[in-house]
Amino acid sequence: MSRIDTPAASRMQTIARNPVMLALVMTLAVAGCASKKNLPNDAAGLGLGAGAATPGSQQDFTVNVGDRIFFDTDSSSIRADAQATLARQAQWLAKYPNYAITIEGHADERGTREYNLALGARRAAATREYLAGQGVPANRMRTISYGKEKPVAVCDDISCWSQNRRAVTVLGGAGS
Amino acid sequence: MLRRNLLRLFTLMFAGALFAAPANAVVEIDINKGNVEPLPIAVTDFLQGELAQKISDVVAADLKRSGLFAPVDKGAFIEKIANPDAAPRFEDWKVINAQALVIGRVTQEGDGRLKAEFRLWDTFAGQQMLGQQFYTQPENWRRVAHIIADAIYERITGEKGYFDTRIVYVAESGPKNARKRQLAIMDQDGFNARALTNSNDIVLTPRFSPNRQEITYMSFENQQPRVYLLQLETGQREVVGNFPGMTFAPRFSPDGQRVIMSLQQEGNANIYTMDLRSRTTTRLTNTAAIDTSPSYSPDGARVVFESDRGGKQQLYVMGADGSGQTRISFGDGSYSTPVWSPRGDLIAFTKQSGGKFSIGVMKPDGSGERILTTGFHNEGPTWAPNGRVLMFFRQNAGAGGPQLYSIDLTGYNEQQIQTQGFASDPAWSPLME
Repeated sequence: MSRIDTPAASRMQTIARNPVMLALVMTLAVAGCASKKNLPNDAAGLGLGAGAATPGSQQDFTVNVGDRIFFDTDSSSIRADAQATLARQAQWLAKYPNYAITIEGHADERGTREYNLALGARRAAATREYLAGQGVPANRMRTISYGKEKPVAVCDDISCWSQNRRAVTVLGGAGS
Repeated sequence: MLRRNLLRLFTLMFAGALFAAPANAVVEIDINKGNVEPLPIAVTDFLQGELAQKISDVVAADLKRSGLFAPVDKGAFIEKIANPDAAPRFEDWKVINAQALVIGRVTQEGDGRLKAEFRLWDTFAGQQMLGQQFYTQPENWRRVAHIIADAIYERITGEKGYFDTRIVYVAESGPKNARKRQLAIMDQDGFNARALTNSNDIVLTPRFSPNRQEITYMSFENQQPRVYLLQLETGQREVVGNFPGMTFAPRFSPDGQRVIMSLQQEGNANIYTMDLRSRTTTRLTNTAAIDTSPSYSPDGARVVFESDRGGKQQLYVMGADGSGQTRISFGDGSYSTPVWSPRGDLIAFTKQSGGKFSIGVMKPDGSGERILTTGFHNEGPTWAPNGRVLMFFRQNAGAGGPQLYSIDLTGYNEQQIQTQGFASDPAWSPLME
């Protein structure tokens, strides 16, 4: 894997390679938006019409709500941008009560393996706690940590590490 | 299978008097000096034939990779060994500065077994230092070579060797964002590698039991990250304990009776043991922090572990019952993955500081910290059973994946261990008794 130096270039290459990453870029765009009204425009800008996502679908959740939040280095504090995403997740989950969720906690590669498993778990727990505070019932949520074992961005610099320090809300079937 | 092979492999010493250590031997290596000049040693082709020569080649390669020996170029040899039972012409070896000389013979017995014999000579004293013979099945030829290399290493350095050992590790393949991981086992020199698990689930941090028959490790099987036990001989696997959350970072106690590990509950990880016979679990730490990577002292009385209870990862030592938890690391940066030396004298660790990852050692009281290697990413040291060499994994920036390396306790003689793909989490086996 060759090193990619600019975050922008890295993002675009990742999009080209991996459709799942599209959701991540969308989330980043959301984080930078002051108003939710801009969301469809952003989606259209990436060639994905907002209408493509059926309300209540997995795609709707990923694209229009944002399925992941990001953390600072070695931290499990829910940042302000993440709070906005989690509030939208909670609203969406209230609207579609048939979904259970698994919150996946992840760490970047700049730590040792065992500590990062615990750090990922700590991030997932903090995310679950925040969602519970937003009214998501505890019995609809489970957590799992993958530590640093499942990065989504693969370069060896901070542009990727910041994307890998994340908690991803994965929709599952009917509540557990 | 392993156990059966071990039974087949027994050693037979020659009569003691002939091979008693000569009091005036000049050939010795003081392993404590660090960066010693490697000892020139002539390892002659064992007689007779291809397999015999392959065995002597492995002996020479082991000795060379230790960094303590410098095998003399065979092209410089003057005497051609024809009779391994006769004394060599010492002058011929002294003149090419081969201070030690290894001669051997491999023959096939009527029952198909191999008989491997060797003699180690001190050329300047003109005396035999060692002579042994071994019987084994032909497929064990590499092990016989490693056992011979261990005997030579021990006779000359006064320390146990570590060549007849294996490494269990995580074999990694595929791109970084879709990495496949399998447990694998190989000889310490990278040969005879084979997979122990399939690549369907993430598997991490394997460790040997003291008798080398079992591996404890962590697996994400069924989306339930838990500590497992694997019987090497049968391939049988089981979950260790019935814990309510993720268990990870397992290691055996020195007596093999317990597994010590972390249990994750919400944002905190605490250290527990499980007695493998009674199945009882004991909680050793109780903090709102991440306590993990526990490692027993060789006498089983103490445990070193890492904790971020003080804000960032630091090393702590406690009694095996959890008493007297005391921080021992105080340098810049954070410290993790402590591993107690089999000799008891040192603790190896990973250190993060200034954006670099280092492997280092310190005494159990935290004094005498020494960094052995520093770079973009070095992690997870494991000790050779003689406590003289460490193996760890390293990932260079842009490399795409980790590789295994070994380094002397002195910080010299860094060597890459060749593996088929990427590799991480090496754990060195104990020596066979």
